[in-house]
Amino acid sequence: MIDHTWIGRTLPESRLDLERGRLRFFARAIGETNPIYTDVEAARAAGYADLPAPPTFLFAAELDSGAVVKMLEEMKVPLSKLLHGEQGFSYFRPACAGDTITVTSRITDIYDKKNGALEFVVKVSEARNQDGDLVAELRTSLVCRNA
Amino acid sequence: MTIDADIRIGQDLPPLTLPPVDRTTLFLFGGASGDHNPIHVDIDFARRAGMPDVFAHGMLGMAWMTRMLTGWVPQSRLRKIDVRFLGITHLGNAITVTGKVTDIVVEDGERRARIALSNTNQFGQSKIVGEATVALA
Repeated sequence: MIDHTWIGRTLPESRLDLERGRLRFFARAIGETNPIYTDVEAARAAGYADLPAPPTFLFAAELDSGAVVKMLEEMKVPLSKLLHGEQGFSYFRPACAGDTITVTSRITDIYDKKNGALEFVVKVSEARNQDGDLVAELRTSLVCRNA
Repeated sequence: MTIDADIRIGQDLPPLTLPPVDRTTLFLFGGASGDHNPIHVDIDFARRAGMPDVFAHGMLGMAWMTRMLTGWVPQSRLRKIDVRFLGITHLGNAITVTGKVTDIVVEDGERRARIALSNTNQFGQSKIVGEATVALA
């Protein structure tokens, strides 16, 4: 069972530098063809400062930093038993290439279903840019299948 | 945008149909998204974990959902999206993302549409469902 004293704990900050090359790679990986995601001029013509991060991209911050993998190791949740249960985002302002995003997460709940066969870890994250402005909130529910 | 004048509850959004999931897609998405869990790219690891084969990242399916939305309205109009992963998207699954306007509301002084979202494979199995809120002009 996952140690419930994790509830309320904050993870170390994850900093993600938004780079044009990485954003283009992400756009390609998801099959995105709208030029605003790959062509700086098209992005600027659409009103963005630079290539915008697609809506789900900021999930990468805590993967790149290793914060999530470290948390799972400390919780003794093996990657082989991990599933993604739910995911949410709220958006407050754009994040574009050239921005540095800092993600700070708090574990808000841990619970189980089916007599512990499934355990859930709920995490809420704030993503802020280099000016300290709130860019997005992320809501994540991870599932450990023990059965 | 003209879509705003025409928008009505019950309206279907233009669907997005994806090619069948293949290993190359999973390999690329793993690298681009930062999700290096080997269960999505390494069949030996997947089998040891009790899975028949590698399978798609949940966040790949969610990225496709948001592609459908940003194909309909500019990303700057997207206020919120919440999804639930119902089932594993397997190799060979060809996902169609659909959306339907379920409500039109005023929030924070802004007219917004609620959209019910679904990722469904070619066998009619729903893999991800969700709800998004987008601002209308």
